[in-house]
Amino acid sequence: MSAITSPARQASSGLGAKTINRIVIYGLLALFAIFYLMPLFVMLVTSFKTMDEIQNGNMLSLPHAPTFAPWVKAWSEVCSGLTCVGMKGYFWNSIKMVVPAVLISTLLGALNGYVLTKWRFRGHTLVFAMMLFACFIPFQSVLLPMATILGSLGRFGVTLQNATGFNFGLGNSTVNLVFVHVVYGLGFTTLFFRNYYEAFPTELIKAAQVDGASFFQIFRRIMLPNSLPIIVVTVIYQFTNIWNDFLFASAYAGSGDVMPMTVALNNVVNTSTGVVEYNVNMAAAMIAALPTLIVYVVAGRYFVRGLMAGAVKG
Amino acid sequence: MLRKLLIGTALATSFAFSAHAADVKEVQMLHWWTSGGEAAALNVLKQDLAKEGFAWKDVPVAGGGGDAAMTALKAMVAAGNYPTASQMLGYTVLDYAAAGVMGDLTETAKKEGWDKSVPAALQKFSVYDGKWVAAPVNVHSVNWLWINKAVMDKIGGTEPKTFDDFVALLDKAKAAGVIPLALGGQNWQEATMFDSVVLSTGGPEFYKKAMNDLDEESLKSDTMKKSFDNLAKLVTYVDPNFSGRDWNLATAMVIKGDALVQVMGDWAKGEFHAANKTPGTDFLCYRFPGTDGTVVYNSDMFGMFNVPDDRKAAQVALATATLSKSFQSAFNVVKGSVPARTDVPDTDFDACGKKGIADLKKANEGGTLFGSLAQGYGAPPAVANAYKDVVSKFVHGQIKTSDEAVTELVKAIDDAK
Amino acid sequence: MSTVAETQIKLTPEHDARPGASVRSRLQDLLPKIVLAPSFAATIVFVYGFILWTIYLSFTNSKTFPSYAITGARAYQRLWRWTFESDPPSSWYTSITNMGIFGFLYILICLALGLFLAILLDQKIRGEGMLRPIYLYPMALSFIVTGVAWKWFLDPGLGLEQTLHQWGWTSFHFDWIKNKDFVIYTVVIAGVWQASGFIMAMFLAGLRGIDGEIMKAAQIDGASTFQLYRRIVIPMLRPVFLSAFIVLAHLAIKSYDLVVALTSGGPGGSAWLPSNFMYEFTFKRNEMAVGSASAVIMLMTITAIIVPYLYSELREKSR
Repeated sequence: MSAITSPARQASSGLGAKTINRIVIYGLLALFAIFYLMPLFVMLVTSFKTMDEIQNGNMLSLPHAPTFAPWVKAWSEVCSGLTCVGMKGYFWNSIKMVVPAVLISTLLGALNGYVLTKWRFRGHTLVFAMMLFACFIPFQSVLLPMATILGSLGRFGVTLQNATGFNFGLGNSTVNLVFVHVVYGLGFTTLFFRNYYEAFPTELIKAAQVDGASFFQIFRRIMLPNSLPIIVVTVIYQFTNIWNDFLFASAYAGSGDVMPMTVALNNVVNTSTGVVEYNVNMAAAMIAALPTLIVYVVAGRYFVRGLMAGAVKG
Repeated sequence: MLRKLLIGTALATSFAFSAHAADVKEVQMLHWWTSGGEAAALNVLKQDLAKEGFAWKDVPVAGGGGDAAMTALKAMVAAGNYPTASQMLGYTVLDYAAAGVMGDLTETAKKEGWDKSVPAALQKFSVYDGKWVAAPVNVHSVNWLWINKAVMDKIGGTEPKTFDDFVALLDKAKAAGVIPLALGGQNWQEATMFDSVVLSTGGPEFYKKAMNDLDEESLKSDTMKKSFDNLAKLVTYVDPNFSGRDWNLATAMVIKGDALVQVMGDWAKGEFHAANKTPGTDFLCYRFPGTDGTVVYNSDMFGMFNVPDDRKAAQVALATATLSKSFQSAFNVVKGSVPARTDVPDTDFDACGKKGIADLKKANEGGTLFGSLAQGYGAPPAVANAYKDVVSKFVHGQIKTSDEAVTELVKAIDDAK
Repeated sequence: MSTVAETQIKLTPEHDARPGASVRSRLQDLLPKIVLAPSFAATIVFVYGFILWTIYLSFTNSKTFPSYAITGARAYQRLWRWTFESDPPSSWYTSITNMGIFGFLYILICLALGLFLAILLDQKIRGEGMLRPIYLYPMALSFIVTGVAWKWFLDPGLGLEQTLHQWGWTSFHFDWIKNKDFVIYTVVIAGVWQASGFIMAMFLAGLRGIDGEIMKAAQIDGASTFQLYRRIVIPMLRPVFLSAFIVLAHLAIKSYDLVVALTSGGPGGSAWLPSNFMYEFTFKRNEMAVGSASAVIMLMTITAIIVPYLYSELREKSR
């Protein structure tokens, strides 16, 4: 008797337990989703409220009469210092700094990873370890010596300008920032690509070598086409970090015509006089964060895939 | 470093000189006045310069009451890219001057008569080694009370003349259910209030000895202990949420009538001004009880850097415009401070401003114009910040007694000297 | 010595006898090193050079600007003395104890939460594509952007406490951000919020990389889900744990704006981390020597933690 019923009972109770299980899992996931979304939610609802509502209402409540005025103001009128042209003007400054910095550091990282895994030489582990350790240097402590070097490069640029008519971008604030971000991004990009290429079959390279393919041909024809997942991870990582950097940007590119988004945002948000226009500040912050948010949401899927493909393996 | 900087400057100068023959009609200005009223006030200067044909290249870096801007300045100077001018405070000007990176405006100063019109106490910071290196923009004064008039009337209070009066007034407010004292629990605000408390407790002589001369006997005296006790007394009148609050939010509490009084420098008046409040009818400004006749000051200065020759004309124009009577008046009306020169007419100022101007003049002549330690005009930044540490730790309970506070203060200041 | 000889022997046959080809092939041999050289040189100069510079400055009397006359180890003596001043706490004591609390909790909670969420998300969840970016996005935002929102949320007069009071739970208290003894935990909360989703993604990737056959075999053997994860899955995620640890350790050590944006230093400076200490002394207090010395101590601590890990990992790999 018992022998016959028990599997059925087990199955039915199992089904019940399974449903409960699913409910618990979804419940937990939803709960954490709320935790993660909270600050974004606060920012979003605040940016659509009037100042009156912000001062007298609850920060979590939805706006009674949603208004787009803060967004319009943040986009086209808000002041960074004495310049009142809104956040829109600083997008281009950030983009022309971020894009080259991300591309160059990613490409260099790929080449370094390629050399460090497929063209090993004596001491390659030491070289890699030294580059990896570089990720840990606190940026505050390189701020001044780097400024000194950038300054000398800038003066050298003036000499070149006089001698040849070109200064090759030396002394240009944007170029300086690209340089700094490439230098301090190399550790990460090399780490990502090295770990990814570590798992890449060396036999393929050997075969190509036998066929007479050169160093760069192998890189271009074999390595790069197979690197999409890790390129996505690296680009996302670098893009976010460089876009969000404030320390270097404020120290090396503080003037209005080259100022990146974060510096402008800081000037808008970080005030300690007058009635703070929280709605406009929140809208400005959202605008400044939009590119990185989009990158994460759109490329998020590839991000996990890319991590899966090797970045997390040691 | 000094030599390196000098060589850097020389190189920058010579290169720039050979590259451009004509003058650069532009001022590059580093500052942290990014918010509403302050930016509007600075805009007056920008327009004044535009009238003379000089463009304004803005380098605003907000945050931390100038901390972020000073970091940027240090990086700019390390790189040899000096701005035409930078907003600076007290001892920082002297540090940069000692490093040999500041310009020389002595000729302009002579022509404009700054020697006579700018108080001697300020010249201590704007003149280095006999040379004018900075143009003072204003004089702020720290020892003020800002009181909501409606609340004051409701509780039937009158101007407190002594510290005990003040405590009695705060008690009245407490009994009436208003927050008696609006304070922002950040170290500089606490220390700014303590500046006034020390002055009130020990008098002008004591303040100067302890807070400017850093005399050890005074620092560990019973008067200092009493000052800490008085501070502790005041802190019992703040609301529980005060920790970490920005100063302007504390001012807003007074403006709205949630709190009776704030002890703050006269930049707080800029907030009342921005909220369209009138002194006498909406709010009251009194000197901190027991400190009338003495002015504890700080001042915003535009440090002038040793820029290449082709940028010097623009620099002179900037300095002249900064210390022009019209700008001094227009700017300080908005900012809440008083002009940095004593010969500016007070016609455009409100009642508090007029009192501020008169007080400054009196203190300047009577020798009771002292630098604020909390604001970087009493001692170099290392000492000033060590002082702020101790005061803040006392307010927040890491330091428990006034005995301990005095011991810590002596130790911290000694360490930082 | 023997390895050098071996390499030389190995290299010889590859060299061509003809002079022209020899130059080309030698160039070919050198090419990988030439490609790597700029990056390595940049690292040497801009990382290790600057570290040496920092070490040098820590033995000088540098104040507002670097000064290059060696004056001794006074900066270290001061830090050493401050290390033991716990009552009242010196800023340095606060910074390093906070680093201990923050570092430990931040890394532990991020790892635990990241793993937990990854395991939940790996249960064939509908809507995973929507949930993942929700967990991940905080990493995309700087605290200049989210600082104000967090400050409000944690402020008892504006945020969670007040909201729950309005909803009727008037006995609820959450004023950590105003409390000198608890403020560092609010920094942990915001830090975990920012990084745990990223760690989740790393674990999720690790889980997806595990061979399904092993799981199936274990299930057939009658292992419960809990056992399955404890005995089989989690041990297989060891490399992920290590990379996640590296990522978190470097974020923890660099955490600076977190403290400033959230607490502006905390009541009486009670929320400071060593990076705040370093910045404050180098740039604000014009005690560059002390700031440099604190940076050196930070770097030494990192070295002590990271180098053994790097050593074991890389040696294992190259075998």
